[in-house]
Amino acid sequence: MSQTTAAIRAQALESLLIEKGLLDADLIDDVIVRYNERVGPMNGAQLVANAWLDEAFKQRLLTDATSVVREFEFSGGQVDKLVVVENTPQIHNVVVCTLCSCYPWAVLGLPPKWYKDPAYRSRVVREPRAVLAEFGTTIPAEKKIRVWDSSAEIRYMVLPQMPAAWQGRDVESLAATVSRDSMIGVTVLEDS
Amino acid sequence: MDGIHDLGGKEGFGAVDPNDPLQGFSQRWHASVFTMVNSLAAAGVMHNADHFRHAVERIDPVSYLDDGYYGRWLGAAENLLVEGGVLEQQQITGRAVAYGAQGDERVAARPMQSTGSDQSGDDTDSVTPAPESLLTAERKPLAAAKFSIGDCLLTRMSSVPGHTRLPAYARGRLGTVVALHGAWVFPDTNAHGQGEQPQHLYTLCFDAQELWGDAADKLEVCLDLFEPYLHLAAET
Repeated sequence: MSQTTAAIRAQALESLLIEKGLLDADLIDDVIVRYNERVGPMNGAQLVANAWLDEAFKQRLLTDATSVVREFEFSGGQVDKLVVVENTPQIHNVVVCTLCSCYPWAVLGLPPKWYKDPAYRSRVVREPRAVLAEFGTTIPAEKKIRVWDSSAEIRYMVLPQMPAAWQGRDVESLAATVSRDSMIGVTVLEDS
Repeated sequence: MDGIHDLGGKEGFGAVDPNDPLQGFSQRWHASVFTMVNSLAAAGVMHNADHFRHAVERIDPVSYLDDGYYGRWLGAAENLLVEGGVLEQQQITGRAVAYGAQGDERVAARPMQSTGSDQSGDDTDSVTPAPESLLTAERKPLAAAKFSIGDCLLTRMSSVPGHTRLPAYARGRLGTVVALHGAWVFPDTNAHGQGEQPQHLYTLCFDAQELWGDAADKLEVCLDLFEPYLHLAAET
């Protein structure tokens, strides 16, 4: 089905459900506003920036991210259990869901298109270095890559390494520069 | 089931297109499908997330690859609405034609015929979720965990007919337990109206060589696996 055809069929289903009283059209606009404005990677970026500046916070984030996220009360998006995995000089972490497209919505919002596509889901558990290279990311051969395939209700987010040149910045400016893709693990943050 | 959704390790899909700077929905119909899926539970046709995931897995496999994420959700929503007796597929096609579709396009949905003998035929009473499931799929364990951190476990070898969360690429493989997570709703039964039957959940890490052979990347793949998928390597 082309995307146009899918869009038409979705419109057909939408109109039938509205007629049956099973769908409120206003909800669609609410959903668009919520995910375009309030739920997104800015939430995860706040966690990362705080972890970089506060060692005690970082340790809590790495041992019990679920409680930390509840304290932040990010609106919309929920998570049963969140695990944050830390990139180190020895280990680089990457997140995927090969069976569907599970993603930590509460902290990263809706997943990017590529995260849900067959190419990423099939390849990143098998040849992550090649996949990351397509994002312009080079992981040294001696560094181990750990891929987290989200096969149950636990969701994963990567705590990227902070570039040395970012020392001295405050939490707001750090949070503003942490990219979504670095928290999925397909990119690393560079000095800028 | 050995469905098209089980993509891990499949070869030939080509390069990833890394460009998607957008946050939120790129098309209105994506948000429409998202909202419709969220309304399926209230409509009484979606019993839980596992039931929905299996409805996605059961769509036409060509459509699964072609229609994109929200196209897959659309197919799953249609599966559940038709199976739940809310709509007939012909009604949806008829309305789509009225909106400009040809009417002979490939349709993702493949609703099951109710034969009365299907194990997925849902007994609504048995799938009413516990109140706590609104917040989480974690449950009180019914028994002690069988395995501990550091155990070397062998995963189940065979395919199973319905919904399961052991990817094919990790079947019959040796992995090491790195974390215990308590007991969680078991997707294999919960998707099929057979109750939550909570099972212990473990994170296992698998070496790349174990999964992909000697030429593999320096790599470890970690999966969250339910106890019934696992047994001690020494027992085999």
